[in-house]
Formats: sequence, C-alpha cells, structure tokens
Amino acid sequence: MLNFTGNAIAKIVVHLHPAPPNKEPGPFQSSKNSYIKLSFREHGQIEFYRRLSEEMTQRRWETMPVSQSLQTNRRPQSGRIRAVGIVGIERKLEEKRKETDKNISEAFEDLSKLMIKAKEMVELSKSIANKIKEKQGDITEDETIRFKSYLLSMGIANPVTRETYGSGTQYHMQLAKQLVGILQVPLEERGGIMSLTEVYCLVNRARGMELLSPEDLVNACKMLDALKLPLRLRVFDSGVMVIELQSHKEEEMLASALETVSEKGSLTSEEFAKLVGMSVLLAKERLLLAEKMGHLCRDDSVEGLRFYPNLFMTQS
Amino acid sequence: MAMSFEWPWQYRFPPFFTLQPNVDTRQKQLAAWCSLVLSFCRLHKQSSMTVMEAQESPLFNNVKLQRKLPVESIQIVLEELRKKGNLEWLDKNKSSFLIMWRRPEEWGKLIYQWVSRSGQNNSVFTLYELTNGEDTEDEEFHGLDEATLLRALQALQQEHKAEIITVGDGRGVKFF
Repeated sequence: MLNFTGNAIAKIVVHLHPAPPNKEPGPFQSSKNSYIKLSFREHGQIEFYRRLSEEMTQRRWETMPVSQSLQTNRRPQSGRIRAVGIVGIERKLEEKRKETDKNISEAFEDLSKLMIKAKEMVELSKSIANKIKEKQGDITEDETIRFKSYLLSMGIANPVTRETYGSGTQYHMQLAKQLVGILQVPLEERGGIMSLTEVYCLVNRARGMELLSPEDLVNACKMLDALKLPLRLRVFDSGVMVIELQSHKEEEMLASALETVSEKGSLTSEEFAKLVGMSVLLAKERLLLAEKMGHLCRDDSVEGLRFYPNLFMTQS
Repeated sequence: MAMSFEWPWQYRFPPFFTLQPNVDTRQKQLAAWCSLVLSFCRLHKQSSMTVMEAQESPLFNNVKLQRKLPVESIQIVLEELRKKGNLEWLDKNKSSFLIMWRRPEEWGKLIYQWVSRSGQNNSVFTLYELTNGEDTEDEEFHGLDEATLLRALQALQQEHKAEIITVGDGRGVKFF
C-alpha cells in the first residue's frame, strides 16, 4: 500500500503485512513498527514509486532462483534476493535441498510407474508362455522358438523345458563361459581364490556396459562345475562364497597356513592376512578351515580371536 | 596356596580356556580339564566345592595368563566329571558338588581288598575307624572324607559285599 503526499518533503509509506508464522530468519525477527517510511528530500519519488509498485505487482523475487555468488557488498539490484552473511548461505542451501528433494521424488514417481508396467508385462509373458505350453500343436515351432527368445531377452527363464542344470538358462551358461575368460588371469594372480564380491566388482568393471546383476552372477557361477569349466564356486560353512581355480586345492593351503601360524606362535585373521597377502575375509576362511580339519585351535577372549597350532592333538 | 602343585602344560596354553568348536579337539580339551580338576582337588584335599568358588579358584582362573574358563564351559566340564562318576551334585540347583578324584566304586574296591587282606571279613567297623584308625594309616583311603566314604560303602553294599549299619550314635559297616 502506498501513500503519496504533496508536502515539501515527499514521503512514501510502505505498510507491511504481519509476519507469517513460517517467516524465514532475516535481519530482524520482529519489529514494533508495521510500516516503512521513505523520505525523498530532493526528488526521485515518482520514479521510485513507479518501480516499487511494478515490483510489488510482479513479485519477481518469488520465482527467481537465488543468486549463487556471495557478494555482500554489492548494491542490491531490484528483483534479486539479497543474500547476506550466514543467513543468506543457509537460505540458499535450504532452497537447493528442497529442489533436489523434489527432483528425486519426481524421478521415483516415474520408476514406480515403470515397475507397475513391467509387472504387467511379465504377467502377460508368463500367461502367453503357459498357453504355448498347453497348446503346443497350435503354434509353429518357429514361432515358439522366437517367443522363447523374446522371453529370455527380457530375463524370464525358459518355462517350457526343464533345465538339466537346475535353474540355469542358456544365458547363464554363456555367462559362465565368459567368466572363465575374464577371471582366469586375475585368479592366478591372487593365489587361485577370490571372494564372490571381488569377482562381482572385477567382472562388472571389465564389462563396462551391460552390468551384471548379483543374481545373474551367482546363477552363472553355480553352473561352472556342471559345465566342467576350469573354475568352480565354493561355499564355506560361514556362507561366504568364493571362486576357485579347479587346480586350486584349499586343503593344501592349510599345511602352509599351519606353518605360518606355528612360526609366529599364534595369529589373528588380520595378522595372517597381512603376512600372506590375502584379504582378511579369505584369510579368516582359511584359518577356520584349518581349525575344522584339526590343524589349529582357537583362543577367544577380550583380546580378540587368535588361532594357535592345535597342541591338544599333537602334544601328549 | 598353589603349594607344590604342578600345573599341566595346557594350563599355560590360552586356547585351553576357550571351549573348542572342533569336536575332536574339544574331546581332548575336556579330558585334560577333567584330569586337572581331579588332581587339583586331590592335592588340596578338597572334596566339595560350589560353582561360585570354582569360578574364582586358580583352577579355572589363570590370573597370570589373563584367561578364565567361562562359567558355561565350567558347567560342561563338571557335567563330564559327573558322567564319569567323579562328581555328584549336592543340591537341585547345581550350585555345589562333591568331587571324588577316585570313583566310589574304586574306593570300595580298595577298602574291601584291605578288609580281605587283613582277614577281617565279617567284622564291623565304625566309619571313623576306617578312615582315621591306626590300622589304616598306611592305606590310601586313610583320611578320606565321610561323604565319599559313604558312597564307596554304598557301592560295596550294591555288590552285597558290605552293609551299612548303625553303631551306637553313628554309623558303621559290616563286611561280608
């Protein structure tokens, strides 16, 4: 609201609305005055009044993004939010955060819609696949094969024939063969054994595009033995999964593990890993295997878990 | 209080104080513990103990090594001794037990052998005479605690080689 008086000293009075409850922090939290009086000693009030009413109408400060620079000395330009000091920085960060939040929610909206559609697609394919199974005679073999390949390319396992290799599919078989190519040399470099997580990282890094899902990797690995490939999947008692060269004999490693432990009197998994140059995870599995075979025994205390040569068996 | 007791090598081996997960290893470990408990109690002439005492005793608590056998594992050792016939629980809560470095049957045998050797079959003895009498000074069962003695005689009673009777105010035994 503006008032224009014709007195010698021109004044413009700007009446303020009361502060909203969610008012952002500013130079003043509150004031006893509800108006601002602007005095114009010389002139300029007409021009000022025009510009001010223009801006009050347009309210450009509500739509304009906050300026990125922190030049607090700069003269305020009309329409820009003046960001002063800490308060200004905080305000900018808050705006940015809100913006990001909004973007993410919107993106996920699309994803949930996609997932709903995907589910429908899978259901549809399954029902068609079942129909094929039932009415084998009505569809030509060629069409069946084509449809099956479409299913496969969508990642749906072949529902028509029972795989001799369990849940494996052609895709996993091919993948298994591929893995041999990728992993042979790295395995040799790492003493013939790698944890499945290490394999996952290595393989995906090698592929670059068309990354493998963990399920696909595990399913492919499960077929290694059956396909008589030079690698195999091994699951330890603890549940840890590793890939080994067929030529790798973990049991033979135990003899040298025992020697190493004996030399040092006793070792923790970490100490052993460091000495031998293995990951701590695989080192622990080796020590546990040695314990299972009776070569080592354990000392479990507040100081940690240490392995000793199994003197219970070797000493009288 | 350690006296001249010689600890076995296992006592200085930290894994001795961790219950071993490997079954074969555990078997050896428990056998070593049983043997240690019996020789310890024999030397210290301790015929009974509470579980609380056991926990703090140097037997299960090697202060120098900074290792103690956890109470669950102590229970397992005690159960092994019970199965072998060297231990008997004195209460329902399993808080205190009788420990016999020789099984009652073995004591019974020794006592009966002495009775036969000295031609005293068909004689009557008070319990006190058997364990503290002059005649038994050279015998191994001299100084045996009453609880164990009674069980030894009960074992003989089962074999019809003896009968526990009342003699005056106390108890005695007749050998056949």
